[in-house]
Amino acid sequence: MMKKPKRWLGLGAVLVLFIAGVWVGRIMYKTQSTPPPPPTFFRSSLAPDTAGASGDQVITPVSGTVIEVRDGELIQAAVAQARSGDLIRVYPGTYKETVYIDKENISLQGMIQDGKWPTLDGEKELNDALLYSGNGILIENFKIVNYKGNGVMGQAGNNFVIRNNWILDAGVYGIFPEFGKNGLIEHNILTGIEDAAIYVGMCDNVDVRHNEVYGNVAGIEIENSRHVLVENNHSYNNTGGILVFITPGLPIKTCYDVIVRNNFINDNNHVNFGAPGSLVAGIPSGTGILVMAADQVTIENNIITGNNNAGITVTDLAYGANTANDPEVEPNPDRLIILDNIMIDNGNSPVGELKALMMTKLSTRGPDIVAVGGGTGSCIVNRDRYRTVSLGDWAQCQATDTRAIQTYMLDEPVAPRKISEKERVKMAYYGICSGCHAYEVRMVGPPTLVIQALYQNNPQGIADYIVKPEHKRKDFPEMPPQKYLSKDLRLALAEYLLTVKQ
Amino acid sequence: MRFLQFLPGTFSLLLLPIIVLTQRPESKPIELAENCPPGFELTDDNRCMSRSLYQQYPSLRNSGVGGLKTGLPKVRDGFSPQQIDLGRYLFFDPILSRDGSLSCASCHNPELGFSDGMTHSVGINGKEGSRNAPTLWNVSFMKSFFWDARAKTLEEQMEGPLFAPHEMGTTPNQLLSTLNSLPVYQRLFAQAFPDRTDEKIRLKEIYTALTAFECSLISLNSRYDHYAHGYHEALTKQEIEGLNVFRSFVARCAECHTPPLFTNQQIAVLGTPEPDGRPLDPGAEKIFDDATMRGGFKVPSLRNIAKTAPYMHSGRFATLRETVEFYNRGRGHAVPQDEDLRIHWHISEPNLSEYELDRLVDFLKTLTDETFKPRVPEKLASEAESVHNSNVRKMGK
Repeated sequence: MMKKPKRWLGLGAVLVLFIAGVWVGRIMYKTQSTPPPPPTFFRSSLAPDTAGASGDQVITPVSGTVIEVRDGELIQAAVAQARSGDLIRVYPGTYKETVYIDKENISLQGMIQDGKWPTLDGEKELNDALLYSGNGILIENFKIVNYKGNGVMGQAGNNFVIRNNWILDAGVYGIFPEFGKNGLIEHNILTGIEDAAIYVGMCDNVDVRHNEVYGNVAGIEIENSRHVLVENNHSYNNTGGILVFITPGLPIKTCYDVIVRNNFINDNNHVNFGAPGSLVAGIPSGTGILVMAADQVTIENNIITGNNNAGITVTDLAYGANTANDPEVEPNPDRLIILDNIMIDNGNSPVGELKALMMTKLSTRGPDIVAVGGGTGSCIVNRDRYRTVSLGDWAQCQATDTRAIQTYMLDEPVAPRKISEKERVKMAYYGICSGCHAYEVRMVGPPTLVIQALYQNNPQGIADYIVKPEHKRKDFPEMPPQKYLSKDLRLALAEYLLTVKQ
Repeated sequence: MRFLQFLPGTFSLLLLPIIVLTQRPESKPIELAENCPPGFELTDDNRCMSRSLYQQYPSLRNSGVGGLKTGLPKVRDGFSPQQIDLGRYLFFDPILSRDGSLSCASCHNPELGFSDGMTHSVGINGKEGSRNAPTLWNVSFMKSFFWDARAKTLEEQMEGPLFAPHEMGTTPNQLLSTLNSLPVYQRLFAQAFPDRTDEKIRLKEIYTALTAFECSLISLNSRYDHYAHGYHEALTKQEIEGLNVFRSFVARCAECHTPPLFTNQQIAVLGTPEPDGRPLDPGAEKIFDDATMRGGFKVPSLRNIAKTAPYMHSGRFATLRETVEFYNRGRGHAVPQDEDLRIHWHISEPNLSEYELDRLVDFLKTLTDETFKPRVPEKLASEAESVHNSNVRKMGK
């Protein structure tokens, strides 16, 4: 699990840069000048779009323009005009819209001035505040209020940064990246969320740091994800503070290698206001940390106090889940590591099954740590310090700390898939053109052979034609324009078409 | 004017032997295609490999689920052009059924989105099946088959309809003796499976050929796909609104109908109503022998969904509008009172407005792409007549 320390030297430097960036940012807010652009870490690499209109031009990293949005304008209009690498600066004001970013490498940066924030207000009418699907998306410095769905939601999209946002009553999830790799969620404040305030779902390599989450059903939830660091967060007055889960029935079926360390997890005794049937609706009020079915979860150096059911609850799916079973999921929490934590004042009034379990132990108090159901290979350090239940077969840990792990983010952003120009052309020719043009047989359009004869040595002629076809042959239907192919790809396709031999 | 520049080309065109543009004479014997169907590149070793712009993109842990520019799940390809084409002849041939009245295409009609337009399919002798016929578009990407996910391969799947008494009702023996009695099929099978030494058609070859054809049914070039690849003008404003409702966390459609295939291929308990008078279909409960999966069915792909009405395992909903309304009516609203189903957590009460429901339907209609629809053979190898169209009309609804 531990990685070579050498590799983290470079990352340490990056971290220092981050911290310096934030610090510089803070200083600069005070002087009311603009914050710095996002750190180069997330704006290097990131090759330009490979298809579509925005692929027509080559964009070098950090060369994007700055687009400004002011009160009364639409953020979406700026997104529509933005190209890969651009930075959109949103000035204080109220923006009542759902912003969706289906582009690559767009930074959306709120400008906080004189304590005034750019505010996205859903007025309990709009579904989500910010949706994105592209890689390299940065979202920072927004106040997000009164949405019904999510505050920030990513569907796919690697190399994301979501930070310094202030999210109030934004619906089901506050911040929810899904299917993303290599991301950072830090310095956000979230409250009033009816499911998880910060929900990392089916992701890899994500750091969740320095966030404040309170008054939600779940503070931070790591679900079906791997290589996640949850550090330096303050999670209080939620129903459950920090959850690490496998949810059955999802297409990615594992959750492992998660570190929960240096967090304050206090007084998570909020009444559960989760929607009926939701996964978190079953979480007992008073839950500090809950590990369900996840493996290799390390819990270290947290201050876990005043959680009235239990400080740390470990459970398998049979105990914990209210959903249909999933034959492809391994339902037990295995190889957990509980290192030193400060745990006081937990379990003051246990509820439900735990209360019943404690009764069998002749206690009316809940424990610091309880493990129910299956699971093997777990260990704990200094177990005598805590009031524990059912840790019978847990070993004494060999590991003492997780210092070797400074971040789970990658030291290089996830690169786009490497595709040669020839491969791409074939994807387009066989994936699209061949639907109407066979080599020598008439299909919908004329055979490739015929087109070759017409356009010998003139690929540009084909490239021009396919984006703006004119109806030439009465006995064939008119060709639809293929505008969704980028200019480069259209020409490459035309050149390829002229060489096809079968 | 541009046209004039190409006069030399036009002349050389005349010299080309383009008889191909005219129709093949009726008397000519059936030959299997030597080229791959659209969507495939022919390799030097005579295999058809799937090609799509989605191959440009990765997906997290190669799961084939994610957002707009996300790679597809692993595709099943690599069949020869001859195997695919033989599969096409078999697919439309009613001699594959016990009484010669049904072909695969009867329930998977290319004109009806490779479905049949009926709530429940009807087998030989008018016997009614229990579920709605699923589409075959993009089955090459699927990991399980049937509504209850009971088959792991297409080969395994097709043993169901071929041999079920209330579907095509044949037997392995009847199938083999019928096909082996026809010299044309013997010849075509020998072309498609050149490695064997004798003339006998094998059951496995029938399965392979049908699988090869079914795996050629690719639909990945809809207007939605143009949008996904970066051409945002491909969708209208209202359709994009629909996309945003679709993926919002109020409606949550995309959580299970996840792009790029618009299915996460999981089993979900929705609690949809059965047609009047029918008992609750236990679905996956029976297959997995697990009561928590009662009423669970595979999440279907939504590609070409506008073509495959009626909807749900029961065919209970006639239109897309009715279908999206189901999700708006509240968690478990249609579950019989004596049932205690573990309804999927994403079935909530989204309270979508009428306007949003309309936009959802708008968006669903952008997932239509039938450009690779295969041609029905002009003549079947058995010389039987195609039955799939007449059959559907006859059975009605």
